[in-house]
Amino acid sequence: MFAALIQENWYDILTSDFMRRAYIGGTLLAITGGLIGYFVVIRRLAFASHALGHLGMPGATGAVLVGLPLTLGLAVFSIAGGLAIGVLGKRAADREVATGSILAFSIGLGLAFANLVSGQSSLLTNVLFGNLLAITAQQIWVFAGFSVVLLAALAVIARPLLFASVAPEVAAARGIPVGGLGVLFVVMMALAVTMAVPFVGTLLLFALLVTPAAAALAITPRPGLASILSVVIALVSVWGGLFLSALFDLAASFFIVTIAVVIWLVATIVHRRGTTAAL
Amino acid sequence: MNAGTSSAYAFEGAAVALGGQTVWSQADLSVPIGDFAALIGPNGAGKTTMLRVLLGQIPLSAGSCTVFGDPPRRGNPAIGYVPQHYDEMDTDSIRAIDVVQLALGGERWGPRRSSSEDDDRAYAALERVGAAHVARRRLSQVSGGEQQRVAIAQALVSEPDLLFLDEPLANLDITSSHDIVELLRSLATDRQLSMLVVVHDLDPLVAILDGAVHILDGRPHYDPLETVLDSDLLTRLYRAPVEVIRTADGDVFTKGR
Repeated sequence: MFAALIQENWYDILTSDFMRRAYIGGTLLAITGGLIGYFVVIRRLAFASHALGHLGMPGATGAVLVGLPLTLGLAVFSIAGGLAIGVLGKRAADREVATGSILAFSIGLGLAFANLVSGQSSLLTNVLFGNLLAITAQQIWVFAGFSVVLLAALAVIARPLLFASVAPEVAAARGIPVGGLGVLFVVMMALAVTMAVPFVGTLLLFALLVTPAAAALAITPRPGLASILSVVIALVSVWGGLFLSALFDLAASFFIVTIAVVIWLVATIVHRRGTTAAL
Repeated sequence: MNAGTSSAYAFEGAAVALGGQTVWSQADLSVPIGDFAALIGPNGAGKTTMLRVLLGQIPLSAGSCTVFGDPPRRGNPAIGYVPQHYDEMDTDSIRAIDVVQLALGGERWGPRRSSSEDDDRAYAALERVGAAHVARRRLSQVSGGEQQRVAIAQALVSEPDLLFLDEPLANLDITSSHDIVELLRSLATDRQLSMLVVVHDLDPLVAILDGAVHILDGRPHYDPLETVLDSDLLTRLYRAPVEVIRTADGDVFTKGR
């Protein structure tokens, strides 16, 4: 049955220029998103990252409205939202409310902007679900720049950030600027979100920024190993998803998200079983 | 450490204010090196604030303060700190040994591989507090008492000269609480290590304390334990009637009247 669904020209699609760009872009995103995702999960910022993704909606539609590059609009809105969540939600208890309110506001704003932009019916679909195959060469360069900046920043702050995430009060006593690092990380998360929106869209980026890291942490709690595993799972999801989208005529986002979620589901169930057995 | 000093920490005419409100003032006290002191006072008296002053996180509004003869500074490696709260952290995503290892250079910026020597030191610290058996477990899979031991190991791993513990017996069942007291007793035998422990109830520690810093009517004092174990003083301190009872065996405990 599946054989009948396979596109005849799948090999041509797979070796085409747009697919090559999708592979390069997806690889950058998987590496950066996988590593950022590790900290998103241990800092319990999953919901915040979801909200920042939705700020992509007003970001992208707003950018089109005033005639600015999409990436700029995405970055400005995500970073502003990240700072708002970082400043308003210093305590975990406040963060839920701050995040949810910003999430609702951004969707409303995105809707208003979309109404104002005429003749761009595909814009909203692209922002919500992404379009890996429409990535331009220019976007690749921009995202390569984002990746370099984010990975360099992570290399510098990774250990103190882990310390501040795991034992904030002890880290502060050791002289780590815990609050400042928290805000800086939310900005870095916003940049990762900005990268992810054109690929998988605001609705699905959770599966690339959070799900691989969550799956990795279910498999191992060792910080180094979990970060590497998070990247590997993200890479497998992106590469597998692109391959399957060439094979079958369905959106790559769907396959990417499905692979990531299946890995997470299996890892989580096995981990829960192990935990129950150990207790 | 300032070589000439004999005090672990000391205040001179010290006061501290938070948001314009004086928390405590006129602190004049000096606690000798190797002393195991309780830090007691009613809720809101500024006990944790005092720890944070000594950690260099909050400046004094008046007077002066020293830790081993030097002014307090952030990130002082001579101090190990066991805070009260674990609730901020995701205990399912980290192992006990990782938490301890972070206290070995976890504050340094830049890429750095943790060495097997760090691993050995972290393991030794967990062994010292009797928690080596949970080293490779996720924190979510160890008990409250064991988590407290891991926190103490994290504070001890960098071999501090001064150890702060904020409510180490809070939220522990009787057995775990007893085990932590025994651990503190063994740490107290190290006469190079000074300890300051915030507690609500002196009773579990009476046998091992040397003295107590008490914050009475907004003014901190330090007294030897015998002086502090006084019905009138404790009654004024807690603003509730407290009686000190000494048994024929020499045991001492306090009782609300």
